[in-house]
Amino acid sequence: MDFHDSPEEAAFRKRIRGWLADGGDTIKRSHTDDSYWTSLGDWHRRLYDAGFFALTWPAQYGGRELSPVCEVIVDEELALAGAPPKPSLGYLIQGISHHGSQATKERFLPGLINGTERWCQGFSEPDAGSDLASLRTTAVRDGDEYIVSGHKIWTSYSDVADWCIVLARTDPDVAKHRGISAFAVSMHQSGIQQRPLKMINGITTEFGQVEFDGARVPADNMIGAPGEGWALAMTIVSHEREPAELGFFARYAKTVRELEAIAGANPAAVSAEVEERLAWAYVQSEMLRLHTARRLSERIGGVTHGPDGSIDKLLMTWVEQSVGHAALAFGSSQAMAGVSEELLDTYLYSRSQSVMGGTSQIQKNIIATRILGLPIK
Amino acid sequence: MDARPSSDQRDLTNVAERLATRLGPTAVGDLDDAERNLRLDSAVAQAGWRELRAGSKHEPLASGVEAVIVARALAHHACDTAYLGPLLAHDLLRRVGYEGPDLMATVVVDSSLRHMALATGDSVVDRGLAIDAACARVGMVVCHSYTALSLGVVALGEMTSGVDLTRPVVNVMPGASVLPVVGTGAFDADALESWTALAVTLTAADLVGAMQGATELATAYAKQRRQYGAAIGSYQAVQHLLAEAATLIEGAASAVNYAGWAVDALPGVDARSAAAVAKAYASRAALVVCETSIQVHGGIGNTWECMAHVFLRRALLSTELFGGAGPHMALLAQQRWGANHGLS
Repeated sequence: MDFHDSPEEAAFRKRIRGWLADGGDTIKRSHTDDSYWTSLGDWHRRLYDAGFFALTWPAQYGGRELSPVCEVIVDEELALAGAPPKPSLGYLIQGISHHGSQATKERFLPGLINGTERWCQGFSEPDAGSDLASLRTTAVRDGDEYIVSGHKIWTSYSDVADWCIVLARTDPDVAKHRGISAFAVSMHQSGIQQRPLKMINGITTEFGQVEFDGARVPADNMIGAPGEGWALAMTIVSHEREPAELGFFARYAKTVRELEAIAGANPAAVSAEVEERLAWAYVQSEMLRLHTARRLSERIGGVTHGPDGSIDKLLMTWVEQSVGHAALAFGSSQAMAGVSEELLDTYLYSRSQSVMGGTSQIQKNIIATRILGLPIK
Repeated sequence: MDARPSSDQRDLTNVAERLATRLGPTAVGDLDDAERNLRLDSAVAQAGWRELRAGSKHEPLASGVEAVIVARALAHHACDTAYLGPLLAHDLLRRVGYEGPDLMATVVVDSSLRHMALATGDSVVDRGLAIDAACARVGMVVCHSYTALSLGVVALGEMTSGVDLTRPVVNVMPGASVLPVVGTGAFDADALESWTALAVTLTAADLVGAMQGATELATAYAKQRRQYGAAIGSYQAVQHLLAEAATLIEGAASAVNYAGWAVDALPGVDARSAAAVAKAYASRAALVVCETSIQVHGGIGNTWECMAHVFLRRALLSTELFGGAGPHMALLAQQRWGANHGLS
């Protein structure tokens, strides 16, 4: 066990720190601002071009083939510089690389990794949330194509995406988990309409809903075999549940630092109760940093991925919501007075973390049955 | 960076787990089994774990990581044997360059349980508590003069079981006479800082182990206890309690591992911050997790015969020893933004 940087890691850290200091980061906006979300595509490309995204992926697809722990260094340095976290695309990359054919990987991974093609994820539907396998979107074969019809919701970045990874029912006659296939569907066609969803903190550019009404997708764009959609979805959501994959630790640490700066400007004005909330938010975000380092280190030895992602997701949720409570403690009076709602919005946004990517209750079901071995009723 | 344990560290975990599983109490009644207790005690003595932090002034025999591994395994199986006290005494003696015979010492904390007990002149200032007193002849205190810190020892009287049924303590009265530890030099505040980081981290490691023990106990019970025609562990209300407990353990373990490494690898003040994060997290987690174990057991969890309270009691002592969540969050607040509330 050694948490010190190796010489290679130290050089890597120096490089990203220098890049950030030279203005590599130009997104100073808060994640509670619409323009933050619209600028993330640009952020992805700059981060990638500078060599700080897709660190562990094969060079063949544009990755850097670096050690998994370099991801921790990126997260730490982004947090230190107050920059946005890295794009949360790792789990899509995992899904396509585990299930896609060689041709699919060669066609789609480079653009996904280097940010020239933007993606969204068409999984959830109005009647298929936690119970994802009951989804009703269909894909019907028509010559060399499939025709997609259905309604997807909670689709991050649907407003700017070039591609959507869609789960659709291709076989209505088999058990619900087995009749689902996955497709890479172009968002640039007339059979697709997307509408923004306005969230409780006023953001309209993160989530959307997408109507597929006769959208067409070449049969070659199926990812994996017919009926493999559920397995692909499980690969993606289990990786989506890991803080290591999401890099959200950087966003939490950034908020904690901002709150610490407010507190440090006039420590005497901070009540004991507010101080306790902020200290706890710091403890939580530090814990997540160290937990992420542990999980990424386990990947050095190629530990196979299991239900542990649910533990990571639950930890991450508790961290985000502790940080949210600290933000509320500092920001509520400003918000009530109409001065600024930024910190209030950080708090409001934190509530979604126990829902998105699988609710906390679903994570607890998984932990209880698949890790603790408790019986399923 | 590689946060994984080395192969030696994995081996140590296996050895400690095996020993603790074999010789630790599996029922409350086992705590009265003197023969088992003696076998546990001599196995731990033979393993040399109490001397892990002996060694030379600048190099202990084993790092904080190894000390964490053993602390966690012993608490995991509620081992009623001394470890923390003698280990910390050896670490202090090493830091002051003591090379004499084994003093069979443990450490004495003051009445807040948060700091080493202090002595001025030749007597103890305040009421104190010698922890882990089972195999100790003397308790170590810090002697404070205007110029420097040095070490002294007090003779120990009668043991009392205290809150924690697995680790007896000895009360030390104010005015108890202190003998200087012969052959030791003075030591500085930085050495005390680094030693404190070790002490805090090991109590946090003990909490991780106690949480594991409490959760495994409750999980096994939930699989076997039936109500409404099914194992209670098949009900989500119960599953979610245990899932939260399992998650808290992993978060605490990640923070404690790092703190264990930081003891020797980082300057005293940074090691102390890492220890504060670990202890604050583990203290809050341990109360929730041990209470969950009692709740999952239902009525039986509130009886003396159920092991759940043995883990809770151990966690209560380990939480208070060298400070729980409150003092450590206050320390972090002060270090990070100059806060001035709640500090003692």
